[in-house]
Amino acid sequence: MFEIVEKRVLAEGIYLTKVRAPRIARSAKPGQFIIVRADEKGERVPLTIADYDAEQGTVTMVTQALGVSTRKIVAKEPGEAFADIAGPLGRPSEFVAEPIEELRKKRFVFIAGGVGTAPVYPQVKWLAEQGIKPDVIIGAKTKDMLIYTEEMERVAGNVYIATDDGSVGFHGLVTALLEKLIGEGHEYDCCVAIGPMIMMKFVTLTARKYQLPCIVSLNALMVDGTGMCGACRVTIAGKTKFTCVDGPEFNAYDVDFDEAMRRQGMYRTQEQRALAIARERAEGHKCNIGLDK
Amino acid sequence: MANKIPRVPVREQDPAIRATNFEEVCYGYNLEEASLEATRCLHCKNPRCVAACPVNIRIPDFIAHIAQGDVASAAAVIAEDSSLPSICGRVCPQESQCEGACIVGIKGEPVAIGKMERFVGDWQLDNPLSVPQITPNGHKVAIVGSGPAGLACASDLARIGYEVTVFEALHEVGGVLVYGIPEFRLPKSKIVAREIDKIRQLGVRFETDVIVGRTVTIDSLLDEEGFEAVFIGSGAGLPRFMGIEGENLNGVLSANEFLTRANLMRAYDEQYDTPIYVGRKVVVVGGGNVAMDAVRTAKRLGAEATIVYRRSEKELPARVEEVHHAKEEGIEFRMLTNPTRVLGDDKGWVTGLNCVQMELGEPDESGRRSPVEVAGSDFAIECDVVVMALGTSPNPLIASTTESLATSRRGCIVADEEGRTSRSGVFAGGDTVTGAATVILAMGAGRKAALAIDEYVKSL
Repeated sequence: MFEIVEKRVLAEGIYLTKVRAPRIARSAKPGQFIIVRADEKGERVPLTIADYDAEQGTVTMVTQALGVSTRKIVAKEPGEAFADIAGPLGRPSEFVAEPIEELRKKRFVFIAGGVGTAPVYPQVKWLAEQGIKPDVIIGAKTKDMLIYTEEMERVAGNVYIATDDGSVGFHGLVTALLEKLIGEGHEYDCCVAIGPMIMMKFVTLTARKYQLPCIVSLNALMVDGTGMCGACRVTIAGKTKFTCVDGPEFNAYDVDFDEAMRRQGMYRTQEQRALAIARERAEGHKCNIGLDK
Repeated sequence: MANKIPRVPVREQDPAIRATNFEEVCYGYNLEEASLEATRCLHCKNPRCVAACPVNIRIPDFIAHIAQGDVASAAAVIAEDSSLPSICGRVCPQESQCEGACIVGIKGEPVAIGKMERFVGDWQLDNPLSVPQITPNGHKVAIVGSGPAGLACASDLARIGYEVTVFEALHEVGGVLVYGIPEFRLPKSKIVAREIDKIRQLGVRFETDVIVGRTVTIDSLLDEEGFEAVFIGSGAGLPRFMGIEGENLNGVLSANEFLTRANLMRAYDEQYDTPIYVGRKVVVVGGGNVAMDAVRTAKRLGAEATIVYRRSEKELPARVEEVHHAKEEGIEFRMLTNPTRVLGDDKGWVTGLNCVQMELGEPDESGRRSPVEVAGSDFAIECDVVVMALGTSPNPLIASTTESLATSRRGCIVADEEGRTSRSGVFAGGDTVTGAATVILAMGAGRKAALAIDEYVKSL
């Protein structure tokens, strides 16, 4: 069992959960993820790692409650425990293995969208520990949905905010803000985008326009997360790859985003049905004809 | 003199009913049936069944004990060579091993060795031996993977005093016995969990959610955690795909995914959160046990279910009993049929499987006649789910994170007969060495490696 030591609401429906998972805390690297199973009947849910502390033996994750399984995860309180946490899974970000001198020459821009801001943080933090201060663009629908801005400001060079409604920072999409920054003379050698698939697709198109190398982190559906099921198949440069073991980070130019988005919807009908049933149960509805078993 | 009665039939769930539930198909023998069947054994001077058994269980001897009603002695005989009789009795391909070699089978039906083994194994679970007195020898061994190879190795090492820890990547112990083989063929809580409990009682520790190669490495186990030897029994978990057009459409799954959702995640039970999708019509591509497991699972989940296999029925690699059961349950078999393309709609969901008719040509290196495409025989099978059951290969994670651990071209870890790899102190056995094979072979490999590990640790 993996005990919860801290839980906080970061924004509406977005929760930070810190758990005791010493083995994972010791081996985690930027770019990797975990699989969480809330309880004995729970689904294995892949989640990004928002932070880790080898000394304390803790791992921090940020979860947006969308379906039945993520709701189960955010419903857990400190003192309670998750049935399972497996990880760290996937390959670490490529820059982790690059020679530091080479890295120091690179000008990074990270583009974080919504809950995708959380997994950007350990990457920027790791770079900051090597004396590299990348720029970070954080995008959200509105001011209240922004997360991790303060943490990011502590480790990043410049933090730029974009909101869809203009409630804070730049009024518009992260892609438009990136173009604005480039237009103002900011020069970058590498872009890392993590967020909703649709955002990553459009960041890739923008990056291509400026011939800016770009990395994205894909959040495909998974069961085991260790290369066993193949649910997370994605097409990379025309070849089938498994997000869990070959990724989750890929060269953005090689990703077939349309296929990846379509495959994310494989179980949408079942997920929505399960959520509808859970909602009705929560409201006290009992199915008289046994449809909810 | 042997009794010349016909093979004692085994009681089974009615096909029409069992095709709608996940309870075990076969009820197995009771004592009366087993002792009657036991009288059919000829007790050959040179028992061919023993030679044909991958772990050489002394079959006529345990059968003799059953005939006398002494199940405890029968269990003791089997225990000398097998650690998992209730499992092997259910999943071994007896027709190509012990029963395939049985003399009685030349003119009639072979002696039901598998069913009797299962009976003894189940009896032993209900009548457990007292836990043996074990004197700890102070040495620590790590086992990677809790499938048949790892369980057998752990059990043997614990019995001779080793402090054994088994690391499992998934959240449940049992490996392929849990994620791969369905409940209706191998009950999880009734059989697998109890066999594992027996091993736990020997003092073996199980740690789940540890992915060796990620959470820890072989080297960190040896250098930092104080293990003196490691046994790798991580199986063959990587699914193969055909590489045909349309394989990434929504509705195309590996058998591993389909079965893991159903078995490990219990998706067939509404109480569990993991979703599974079967649509109206499922086509399973392949002819092995995994294909049969997938197609019968699909049927039980309410779909019309079809097997598509490129060779003829004679070449089906699945256990004869599974093919027989599948047919009884109403599975459609389309032999000499090879998929060429998965068809989809404009939203990217599967609508069918384009296939060609095959005919058998010259024998290939495996001795089986290889299928050849019949020109111009294209046709489409309508379906909304395609499950690829084309075999699996070892996961490269351990090999790629362990320095100087030799692997073969096919990605298998190279090990000798006793499980020694290219790295001193690192042993391996089962599917990760041989590629996907059987439970009994993996179990046998785990046991041999246990001996080699003991020898190695004593030499330190």
